[in-house]
Amino acid sequence: MNKTTLQNKTTPLLTVKNLKKHFPVRSGFFSHISAWVKAVDDISFDVYAGETLGLVGESGCGKTTAGRALLRLIEPTSGEVYFDNKNLLKMKATELRQIRRQMQVIFQDPYSSLNPRMTIGNIVGEALKVHEIATGEALKHRLEELLDRVGLSPSYHSRYPHEFSGGQRQRIGIARALALNPTFIVCDEAVSALDVSIQAQIINLLRDLQAEYHLAYLFISHDLNVVQHIADRIAVMYLGKIVEIAPADTLFKSPKHPYTQALIAANPIPDPDIKHEAKLLEGDVPSPVNPPSGCPFHTRCPSVMDKCKHIKPPLTEIKKEGKSQIVWCHLH
Amino acid sequence: MTVQPKTPLQEFWRLFKKDKLAISGLVILTLLIIAALAGKMLTEWMIIFDPATVRLVDKFLPPLSSISEHVPIEDIPRFGVYLLGTDELGRDVFARMLQGSFVSLSIGFVAVGISTFIGILLGGLAGFYGNVRLGFITVDTLIMRFTDVMLCFPTFFLILTVVALLPPSIYNIMIIIGITSWMGTTRFVRAEFLALREQDFVIAAKAVGLPEWRIIFLHMVPNAIAPVLISAIIGVATAILTESALSFLGFGVQPPYATWGNILADGKNFIFDAPWLFFIPGIAILFVVLAFNLVGEGMREALNPKLRRR
Repeated sequence: MNKTTLQNKTTPLLTVKNLKKHFPVRSGFFSHISAWVKAVDDISFDVYAGETLGLVGESGCGKTTAGRALLRLIEPTSGEVYFDNKNLLKMKATELRQIRRQMQVIFQDPYSSLNPRMTIGNIVGEALKVHEIATGEALKHRLEELLDRVGLSPSYHSRYPHEFSGGQRQRIGIARALALNPTFIVCDEAVSALDVSIQAQIINLLRDLQAEYHLAYLFISHDLNVVQHIADRIAVMYLGKIVEIAPADTLFKSPKHPYTQALIAANPIPDPDIKHEAKLLEGDVPSPVNPPSGCPFHTRCPSVMDKCKHIKPPLTEIKKEGKSQIVWCHLH
Repeated sequence: MTVQPKTPLQEFWRLFKKDKLAISGLVILTLLIIAALAGKMLTEWMIIFDPATVRLVDKFLPPLSSISEHVPIEDIPRFGVYLLGTDELGRDVFARMLQGSFVSLSIGFVAVGISTFIGILLGGLAGFYGNVRLGFITVDTLIMRFTDVMLCFPTFFLILTVVALLPPSIYNIMIIIGITSWMGTTRFVRAEFLALREQDFVIAAKAVGLPEWRIIFLHMVPNAIAPVLISAIIGVATAILTESALSFLGFGVQPPYATWGNILADGKNFIFDAPWLFFIPGIAILFVVLAFNLVGEGMREALNPKLRRR
């Protein structure tokens, strides 16, 4: 376990404050807005240089939307995102294009994330050309270096994406993200679509790259084992809100929020002899169109109290052994 | 394991040439294009086949008839034989068909060029900038409702109306067919763009900071263009048919300029006395329309990703 040591702990590289993304639900002949899907509803967190923040939660809880909204790949409804102390949401298109060099994204589906009509060389090198970072021989050289770095033969640059396997395509996606020398990468379920053996290879590659280039990752995943393995800190999302943020080992040792506890309890342990108390959740996730009042989790919480139904739980910080665990729950 | 890397074009050709029908369609189209270009040159620039010479003594001669001795020397057609017979004024049907082939083909291509251009432009705008609001209405609503309005008119009667108002020249016909047949392409391109806009590779292009025009023209259009091209090729066949129908009704290109449609129209009066006047242009239209459709279908098959070799 050679997790990157946390450096520069004081000033975060990326700060997300009260980020919201609400999608309109249109209906009727004039397609008026009849409701809002609150995909991401008021989330705040920091990412420090060189660290990995895991973002976990079940399908449909807004993980991917959060990752895309903070990069402004979709326009957030409101909130603030500071990258290097610059507010991304106030930037004009040209400024934004410049700062995009420093923040990249790796996608879940390696089959749809590469343009089928472009060669690998063009896919990886296009950004270098457009940002006028490298041309001609220098571009060729940088391409070879990038492909080599992600474990592909540099001779592949003239091939098309359909000639590659899923794992190889994901490596191409990583090379594209690395091309501009970013400091922050959103890994949006970057290994979820791959076989387990390939998953391990890609995760190791991501960790090597992190150590080499001092990258910060926002690692979005629904797979707790993967996140536990790679993340320094973990944020747990439920129904568009973050319910708990804690260092990875603390979160797995002593989860504070009932939802986190249920998630960890539901995670299978590869040992048939260990019996763990099944604390399975009942019911379904409520619709984000009409989320429950108060605490979003109160409809399924095993230790629900009266005030959970009406009052939004405040932020509670639990400090222990110099580690800070933040939880939004009335129990603490 | 040194497989020569294949470009999408090579892969396309490999699949396309397996389809015998599509290849025969392509052969017919190639012959037609040669005939059309030759027709333009040999009947207008250097008159080797004269479609306008009237030889009243030799009217209604069946195909491959020889010339009677009463015809003046300068009016004798090339090869000394009427390859496809003569019409009611003794004009050489072969020369007239040659002249008509250029009209048909150029109307087909120009009209489809206009309609595809409008279609890609409007469809692309609606698909990419659809959410932009202009006052109380979005770009998408504006463009697509206008498209629906245009679709409500039966195209052929719309064309007839406009043709009745404008002088019936070949250029007007091209433009009118073009601006009344872009609706399908618009819907098509919009749908493709809506789907592509959400694709990860387009989002990735945005994420690496590419300018918008580059995303549209280098990432989205090449992925949307194949089905548009196919529908354009089938559209050429429709435009040729429309022109023939207009000429047949007398609203199209006016005599003495020959098109397949007006040769057919003249021929219908003599269908029992001189059936070749009716069948020659009819069969020519049939084959050309069929060939365009076969090539279009062949391309559709060849571009089907399920048939591609991984």
